[in-house]
Amino acid sequence: MVAESPYIAKMRSDQAQLWKGKAPLLVQCDMELTERCNNNCIHCCINLPPDDPVAKSKELSTDEIKEILRQIASLGSLAVRFTGGEPLLRDDFEELYLYARRLGLKVILFTNGTLVSPHLAKLFAGIPPLEKIEITVYGMNKDSYEAVTRNPGSFEKAFRGMDLLLQEKVPFIVKMAILPPNREELAEFEAWAGTIPWMDGPPGYAMFFDLRSRRDSPAKDAAIKRLRLSPEQGLQVLTRSRQAYLNEMREYCSRFVRPTGNTLFSCGAGVAHSCVDAYGKLQACLLLSHPLTVYDLKNGSVKDAMEHFFPKVREITAENPAYLARCARCFLKGLCEQCPAKSCIEHGTLDTPVEYLCEVAHTQARYLGLLGETEMGWEVTDWRERLRCFSGEERTQPAKQGVM
Amino acid sequence: METKADRNRTYAPSDDVVVREIEGELIIVPLVSGIGNVEDELFTLNDTGRAIWERLDGKKSLKELARELASEYEAPEGEIERDLIGLVQELLRRRMLVEVSEN
Repeated sequence: MVAESPYIAKMRSDQAQLWKGKAPLLVQCDMELTERCNNNCIHCCINLPPDDPVAKSKELSTDEIKEILRQIASLGSLAVRFTGGEPLLRDDFEELYLYARRLGLKVILFTNGTLVSPHLAKLFAGIPPLEKIEITVYGMNKDSYEAVTRNPGSFEKAFRGMDLLLQEKVPFIVKMAILPPNREELAEFEAWAGTIPWMDGPPGYAMFFDLRSRRDSPAKDAAIKRLRLSPEQGLQVLTRSRQAYLNEMREYCSRFVRPTGNTLFSCGAGVAHSCVDAYGKLQACLLLSHPLTVYDLKNGSVKDAMEHFFPKVREITAENPAYLARCARCFLKGLCEQCPAKSCIEHGTLDTPVEYLCEVAHTQARYLGLLGETEMGWEVTDWRERLRCFSGEERTQPAKQGVM
Repeated sequence: METKADRNRTYAPSDDVVVREIEGELIIVPLVSGIGNVEDELFTLNDTGRAIWERLDGKKSLKELARELASEYEAPEGEIERDLIGLVQELLRRRMLVEVSEN
């Protein structure tokens, strides 16, 4: 918190300890405004066609979303994330955006940028979201971009949308989904991203793609699996700025990497954060739609879910023998993205190991020198010592070199 | 923009901000652009600021508010009025307050 005058202080919500005593019941809520999208990306875990009549008929109404926004604000949330699908596809987006802002909520907008009109750019300039808009980019030219989005004209519309935001000085950042059509364009993307005034670091990448979060299409799941980077290719991307990666991993591993036993929810899902899907189901995290973990807001309230439902969800423990033998004992938990949501997406259960994520984590751990070539994370007993050595290493000391 | 606070005038929160109370903290959230310098800037008031803010309802002049606060806090009226004018000036400059009428 930076003192500005004897009476008033500015605060950056990401940098300050806002709350002197008890934190609010809800700090941020994600709202998936629709599963529909005007793009049809080859890797997408959620998209439905833009005019999908079934999705449209089931989606929350404008009034229902406003009621949820009121509940979110009344619980102390500072921010709401509007995501999708493509949230700008909803006809009432502007109304919902203004409603959220007038409740005193900051709005985090995840969009593909194609539907940013001159009117919307001016709206964001006049009544700012107070958080940078986040735009995913799928390629640096029409061919690569539209090979991913399968939406003719989307390349031009997305870059026009970003130009409009630049003209109106609306802060935004870009990230990229790394896919076969654009894999050779990373350097070009990063050079361009570096020209965007609000980028405060290297862009983020999606590459270890999730399968369909609603488990609605085995064919699409098979296609997504083929698009995932191999663990070695993923490592190559992560270590493009090698020293920065090592520094980040040293800090991260010292804080978050350890075995978690049969506890399934070692993340913050359902604690101060939750997510509303397009149909009014409140979830601990956007990817987790297992029936045991979902609360129907049409028959209850966000407050009830945060106070009574999610604490019980978080008490669910692993029972699957494979999980107990491996993940529960694996010290790479934290480095590994295995979680109830990923398990549910891949297997329909909360506690089944996800082989791909296991391989990704082990590949990284071997690169970092935390594991030998043939060791598995759940076999290691001296993991505390290994983490201590790794985190305490001289910053210039190389981890394992030349794995590629 | 007028930033000089007048002891004979009344002031009220501007429609350009949203004021929220969260877990005992008074949070001022900009609604329009140009109030904060960066995109996610929020504001909070200290105890003195808050005691003053809560009385800025567009009904009483700063002079009347100073008298009221001096009585409530058993403090010299002149000192209170200086605080009051200092804060109101600051809030006017930030477009968080508007003048309501002349007395």
